Amino acid sequence: MLSIIQEPGLTYWLLLSTVLFSIGLYGFFTRTNAIGILISVELMLNAAAISFVSFNNFAVTGDLDGQIMTMFIIAVAAAEVVIGMAIFIQIFSKQRHLNVTKMNELSR
Amino acid sequence: MGILSILVFLPFVLAVIVLLTPNSKAHLYKWICAIGTGLHLVLTAVMTYMYYQSYAVDRLAAKTSLHTKLYLVEQWSWFKAYDIEYFIGVDGMSVAMMILTSIIIFTGVLASWNLEHRTKEFLAFLLVLVTGVFGVFVSFDLFLFFVFYEVAVLPMYLLIGVWGTGKKEYSAMKLTLMLMAGSALLLAGILAIYTEGGSFNLLELGHHKFPMEMQNWVYPFLFLGFGVLGALFPFHTWSPDGHASAPTAVSMLHAGVLMKLGGYGILRVAMYLFPEGAIQWGMTFLVLATINVVYGSFAAVKQKDLKYFTAYSSVSHCGFIIFGLATLNFVAIKGAVIQMFSHGIMTGLFFSLIGMVYGRTKTRDIPSMGGLMKVMPWLGVSFYIGGLASLGLPSLSGFVAESHIFVGGFMGNPWTSKLTMQALTALATMSIVVTAVYVLRGLAQVFQGEITNPKFELLTDATVTEKLVTGILIFTLFFVGIFPSLMIDLIEGSIWPFVNRF
Amino acid sequence: MNTYGFFLTNIWLILLIPLLSFIIVGLFIGPKNKKLAGIFATTSIFVCAALAYGATFEYLSLFPLGAEHPVIVPWSVQWMPYLENLTATLGIMVDPLSLLLMMIITTVSSMVHLYSIGYMHGDPGYSRFFTVLNLFTLSMLGLVVAPNILQMFVFWELVGASSFFLIGFYYTKASAVAASKKAFIVTRFADLGFLLGILILSYEAYHLFSLEAFAHLSSYNAFDFNFLNHPEVINALSTADGALLTFALVLLFIGAAGKSAMFPLHIWLPDAMEGPTPVSALIHAATMVVAGVYLVGRLFPLFGSSEVALNVVTYVGAFTCVFAAVIACTQNDIKRVLAFSTLSQLGYMMLSLGVASPLHKLGYLASNFHLMTHAFFKALLFLGAGSIIHAVHSNDIWQMGGLRKKLPVTHITFLMATIAIAGIPPFSGFYSKDEILAAALVNNPIVFIIGLFVAALTAFYMFRIYFLSFCGEAKSDGAKQAKESSISMLIPLIFLSVLSVVSGWFPFEKFFLSEALVHNTPSWLPIVASGSGLLGVLLAYLFYFKKTTYANSVKNGFGPLHTVIQNKFYIDAVYLFVVHKIIFRFIAAPIAWIDRHIVDATMDKTAYVTKESGLVLKKIQTGNIHTYTMMFLLGGLVLFLLLLGVGF
Repeated sequence: MLSIIQEPGLTYWLLLSTVLFSIGLYGFFTRTNAIGILISVELMLNAAAISFVSFNNFAVTGDLDGQIMTMFIIAVAAAEVVIGMAIFIQIFSKQRHLNVTKMNELSR
Repeated sequence: MGILSILVFLPFVLAVIVLLTPNSKAHLYKWICAIGTGLHLVLTAVMTYMYYQSYAVDRLAAKTSLHTKLYLVEQWSWFKAYDIEYFIGVDGMSVAMMILTSIIIFTGVLASWNLEHRTKEFLAFLLVLVTGVFGVFVSFDLFLFFVFYEVAVLPMYLLIGVWGTGKKEYSAMKLTLMLMAGSALLLAGILAIYTEGGSFNLLELGHHKFPMEMQNWVYPFLFLGFGVLGALFPFHTWSPDGHASAPTAVSMLHAGVLMKLGGYGILRVAMYLFPEGAIQWGMTFLVLATINVVYGSFAAVKQKDLKYFTAYSSVSHCGFIIFGLATLNFVAIKGAVIQMFSHGIMTGLFFSLIGMVYGRTKTRDIPSMGGLMKVMPWLGVSFYIGGLASLGLPSLSGFVAESHIFVGGFMGNPWTSKLTMQALTALATMSIVVTAVYVLRGLAQVFQGEITNPKFELLTDATVTEKLVTGILIFTLFFVGIFPSLMIDLIEGSIWPFVNRF
Repeated sequence: MNTYGFFLTNIWLILLIPLLSFIIVGLFIGPKNKKLAGIFATTSIFVCAALAYGATFEYLSLFPLGAEHPVIVPWSVQWMPYLENLTATLGIMVDPLSLLLMMIITTVSSMVHLYSIGYMHGDPGYSRFFTVLNLFTLSMLGLVVAPNILQMFVFWELVGASSFFLIGFYYTKASAVAASKKAFIVTRFADLGFLLGILILSYEAYHLFSLEAFAHLSSYNAFDFNFLNHPEVINALSTADGALLTFALVLLFIGAAGKSAMFPLHIWLPDAMEGPTPVSALIHAATMVVAGVYLVGRLFPLFGSSEVALNVVTYVGAFTCVFAAVIACTQNDIKRVLAFSTLSQLGYMMLSLGVASPLHKLGYLASNFHLMTHAFFKALLFLGAGSIIHAVHSNDIWQMGGLRKKLPVTHITFLMATIAIAGIPPFSGFYSKDEILAAALVNNPIVFIIGLFVAALTAFYMFRIYFLSFCGEAKSDGAKQAKESSISMLIPLIFLSVLSVVSGWFPFEKFFLSEALVHNTPSWLPIVASGSGLLGVLLAYLFYFKKTTYANSVKNGFGPLHTVIQNKFYIDAVYLFVVHKIIFRFIAAPIAWIDRHIVDATMDKTAYVTKESGLVLKKIQTGNIHTYTMMFLLGGLVLFLLLLGVGF
């Protein structure tokens, strides 16, 4: 039991990653608020980052490709959130709500 | 820059000139086109002369050759990566078709003399369309052929959709979609040929022997693809609506020339490259063509609209072309090519006359017209001459074509049962009676008897332009009818290779 | 090599002159100057007549009477080459038969042209009339001089077209329009048979060229009459497939039957009387209708090889002969009586051909002899009828009467023609009819009896007209005020009446054959023949000369039968029924319906299906982010699984 607490092992990290990803996916599909969807996307991205780092640590030794990848993910996620937020702000100023189920036509 | 390229692109240049002419000089459009197409007609005559000069040497050799010999060739590389060339030339058949198109576009432009609505665009599109047609008749590179084919079909949508009458959007859409479907089949076939044969050059491909399994499926693809344009049953239904809704010059061009592209393509591409496939599939298409002939003529009996009447008549006569081709007999194929020319002129005459009558009476409904001969003798007599040509009266070109097809059909070919062939030919021959019935009934209803509508008393007869149009077309009908040996001599040499390949 | 004189070397003028005249009168003179048009057209036909007689004279000087009379082709050009040995040439064939017809056609046509100058005077379509009349003459001449069957077909069709325009000359009259259509369509239907016959025959003949045995005939074409009538060819064709040959011949006969109005294709001829009377004289008496007889005569050696074909010819001819004669007895329109009379006489000509054979040529000779005499007296009868109608302004014989005094020239000429047709010597009709009866007696006694019976009927109904029109009292105002016609109308009448008498004395046999025929005719034949004619005259006299009470009581006695006969046995109604109710309603209409609602609907439905499926598929584009992401996921999963599957 202590071995598990001390050394979780790849499988468990991947399990974490999967759970996180699923939560993010579920959130993506069920949230009606655009920002909620953005948060879910962040969750999924982070889940992927965790799995990258886990693999880098347990399966691939020698180079740090996985961790570099995580750096990329964080940067890209940040950029994407910025752009997403900018768009949502514009949309909100027009529609006064951010309910994605109501935003299904290109023009009114 | 040879004479053929000039002939092909002259209409395009004319179209550009018309588009560039300022709107303030609108009356000039017609004159530019008329003079331009007239010039084109003269150049075509020159080209024919040049052709005869080169052909005279090969006349005797033509009888036994297996490959088409081309004259006045121009050949330049276009897309080197795919072996696509700008390869044009003529043989006898092409020359005949060029003459036909030249005459029809000239008379078509004259027939549109009174068009007021957006004349500039109309003439421009018409001329672009005709560029495509000329291109098809001289292309011997399959890709180039297809490009020109599409150029010939696409402007129809706009021409009918904008300048037509009646259910024009519906007819234009139906026509274009069905013809595109045919082109799709064609493209598939052409690509298959390229993959198998390694080249787009028709003459080179002629030397290549295509495997039988491939011929078995590509031949019908090509035949049906071209057949849609040639009004093969049961893909002919775009034709009645299309012709009925189209404006006069467009109908003349379409029924007169475009529908011949179908027959021309069948002969030039499908039969040239796949002789064994033609033999295999001969009977199927022969039966379809017979249905075309008989069915079209019976359907025409019951029509009440003058344009539908002529359209079904065209379906029946174009059926003759396909019939002649499907018999795989030298005399009949000769007849099919002559029929392409003859019917083209005849139907051009018909549609131009209908346009003239419609322009005056404002109705196409046959039962409501009557007694028009008294007020429009020139138009009436021209209509009758057209009608007599349609039913194959000797001394008019229709007889030359139809008699060739009948004689050839009776002779049959070595690969089909004589009895079947002769029975089908006999069936097709019966159409001369049905044609007589509907032509005479229709014309009698419109032109003879007493004038039914008092408004008709005020109508005028043909104007000078109209007399010129009908005069040229009637003259051609009589010329080919009375001196058939000229036409036969022109095309005979080019047909031997096709027959020798079987 | 015989050198041909002027007329024979330039024989092509006989076709060129009417052609030029047609074009010039039609396009240039006609619209401007009516009178000149008429004179120009008439003159050109007179010139043709001169050419025809000149050619005959030259031919006879080359090949005198009693010597061999070969077929020569002084002029021909290649016209339509189908294949080697299968080429249609345009040419002129000169032999006794074609010369005879050339003379007949040009003579009658020139008389009709001359007559029309007076008859059609004042008609708005005067120039048009002469133009088409010239075209008709050209077509007819082209037909009879044709050296091959295809040229004959070409001009056959042209004859049909010109007669269409002539019958429908008064195109504002609905009945004339209907009549011209009917004529054209019925003859077109017959032409279908003709064409099929030509196709079969030429196809069979063409194949002979590939045989060694026929190499010496390789300069001919399969269409040439000289080839088709060649004894070797006939032999080869009949031994190879006699049934097919008979079939082809019967088809050809159908074509002939249409043009010559044999039963049951006779229906167009009575209605064709809607045309102007000169047209009836030219077309329906003398020329167009004999084209069928000419065709059978031209191909006589070929027909001779098939018993069945000859029997068909005989019996159809005989039936038409008696059928038409019976109907003619009941008609009240003078032109209709003459029309049915023509039908009956044509029946004589056909049956005469049928009972003959290459060994017994009497029937062949008799037929052509009767063709000639009939052309003259029938044309005369029609022109005379025209003169009467012109004077009385009515076609109805019961409206006439007492015209003997008022129209003297018409009366005498008409009487002479009537005597001729009744077959009373020494007028021409007697000689020709006698020969026909002689031929029939030898070969087919039943037909002989029919012929004899019809001879009596002919005399009866012709004299019925005569007595009702010219004798007795005038029965209407028109008849009372009748005046004789103008001189331009009378000259043709007089000329033709002279011919009606003298043409019987023409040395016919010597003209056609080289050795004299052996005549086995019993000496009682001429007496019986003319006797039956006289019997008919007597009956007519009794019935119609003074009072018509006998006639009326006989008519009432026959009652309904008379009505049936008067309505021409209702054959026309049958035809109309078949055409309109059956062909139009059950073939043409359904086809038009099928095309619109089934074939076309298929295309429409295809488009509809495409559109509908498009509408369904459109639902995928919800605009909703969640849906799209779900698609991503599912798609990604599917691809992943596929890759898994492929990988393993």
